[in-house]
Amino acid sequence: MAIITVQRPKLAWHEKAFISTLFKGLKITLSHALRTFLQIAGKKPKVTMEYPEQKWDDQLPDYYRGAPALVTDEHERERCVSCQLCEFICPPKAITITPGEIPSDDPWAKVEKRPKEFEIDMIRCIYCGMCEEVCPEQAIFLRKDYAITGLSRKEMVHDKKRLYEIGGQRVGLVNKWNELK
Amino acid sequence: MAAIFANIDLAFLITALVKIVGFTFMMILPLVTVCVYLERRFSAVIQDRVGPNRVGIPLTLFGFKKDLQILGIGGLFQAAADGVKFILKEDFTPRSVNTFYYWLAPCLTVVPALLTCAVLPFGSELDLSLFGVVQPVKAVIADLSVGPLYTFAIASLGVYGIVLAGWSSNSKYPFLGGVRSSAQMISYEISLGLSIIPVFMVFGEMNLSKITSFQDLNGWLILPLWGEGLSVGRWVLWIPMMFSFIIFTVAMFAETNRLPFDLAECETELVGGYHTEYSSMKFALFFMGEYAAMIIGSGMAVTLFLGGWSIPFGPVLTSLTGFQFHHVAGSTPLLLGLVHIGVFLAKVLCFIMFFILIRWSLPRFRFDQLMKFGWLFMFEAALLNVLLTAVLMIWFPLK
Repeated sequence: MAIITVQRPKLAWHEKAFISTLFKGLKITLSHALRTFLQIAGKKPKVTMEYPEQKWDDQLPDYYRGAPALVTDEHERERCVSCQLCEFICPPKAITITPGEIPSDDPWAKVEKRPKEFEIDMIRCIYCGMCEEVCPEQAIFLRKDYAITGLSRKEMVHDKKRLYEIGGQRVGLVNKWNELK
Repeated sequence: MAAIFANIDLAFLITALVKIVGFTFMMILPLVTVCVYLERRFSAVIQDRVGPNRVGIPLTLFGFKKDLQILGIGGLFQAAADGVKFILKEDFTPRSVNTFYYWLAPCLTVVPALLTCAVLPFGSELDLSLFGVVQPVKAVIADLSVGPLYTFAIASLGVYGIVLAGWSSNSKYPFLGGVRSSAQMISYEISLGLSIIPVFMVFGEMNLSKITSFQDLNGWLILPLWGEGLSVGRWVLWIPMMFSFIIFTVAMFAETNRLPFDLAECETELVGGYHTEYSSMKFALFFMGEYAAMIIGSGMAVTLFLGGWSIPFGPVLTSLTGFQFHHVAGSTPLLLGLVHIGVFLAKVLCFIMFFILIRWSLPRFRFDQLMKFGWLFMFEAALLNVLLTAVLMIWFPLK
């Protein structure tokens, strides 16, 4: 490998004594200050986005990992079969599932199980997406909701109702329990 | 006993008290908060950010729709919010510290900084005959004839706060910060003191009020554009005065531990420097002391070199418009007195903006560079400047 000798820049005396360089620096900072100040005074900061008023939600990429949520399919069926794989894989142990049985007179009786209760503690959740990855039923997805707030710890625990509310209905997934398949 | 009471000038006492409270607590301390806000906002625009722009008077707490923003500028109450935060934070004292000195240090930083403002003339004079005060009240707390000496004597006490903080914290980073700071402040105090000797030689006067009045009539020291300032002598002396101003300003940066000389607290090397172990209001006191010292320093620079409270081209404006713009002892209207105070504050604020601009423009010196610069350049330059002024004054005496 060739050795490249980098020459130190030859400085004039006024540059060595910080005289001209001082003014050069001040000119740079002042020009930035003036430009940004005029932008702010004109209420149009070009770089900064004023968060709660301005959002970038429509620019979020498809792979964005927001709050995990449960989804239903075209037939309003809960896709989750409460296999609890997500509960076991969840690194911060944020998910708690209480499995329940589907009664035999239900049209989806052969699925056998659905969650009686499904809780995700959003204080613990680290938005890693493991639950989505591990789910064999394509029932849990990370949505694009990111501003999960609450005034108490209890409020921050998403229960089943809330999870389906966020998740909503998802079509076009593999329907392995569908008779018509 | 009655004779003693009869001799006490009640009006003087009351005005003195009002001046102390008014200047120190209603002007300097609020100015500190303004400085903090300015610092944050100015640094933000320099770095293409927006800065704190939300905090207003929190009317939403009382059921109103919106927070009140003064003059439409958001964030003016950021400093107040910061203050409340400091008060509400846990005041933690590490177990290994020397408690007495640990508690004393923050006070020793703030008190000298606030004491020095006693001799600063923050306005010309206030004609309070409306309120029954016969004599016009001079807008300076103590009209000493050795004002700058007093300022430097007290200001150099500020280093004790820093040294004690560094030492009593019983921790290596604060200790290094304290040691650095003491070395730095002692070195630069010499050039600071020497740099203004030419100024006093030119004025032949150490009373800051008289210095300012003179500049009001005859042009500022580094801007002699009216009155006797247009004489050849003033413009010849302008050269050493400009040197003085530059040396004074640089030494002032070092004295107040501002960048590029903030070796005492440089975050990249010493965590937080001398106040690493401090929290809550004790830390805030260091902060306040630093900014108060900055304000007083700016006030000194403004008073000595930029005409203090005087309106630029005051006498010229007076003769042009017919209204009085310059100070005449004994017959200055109240309104003009108030305008003078405003002018002083405006000048100080401009100077502080300069402080802030420098802070966000220049990188920090290395410690050996700092000491070399202080001892091998600043000190000599200040000494030579005294000599230069003395020689020039042989041919161009001012008075």
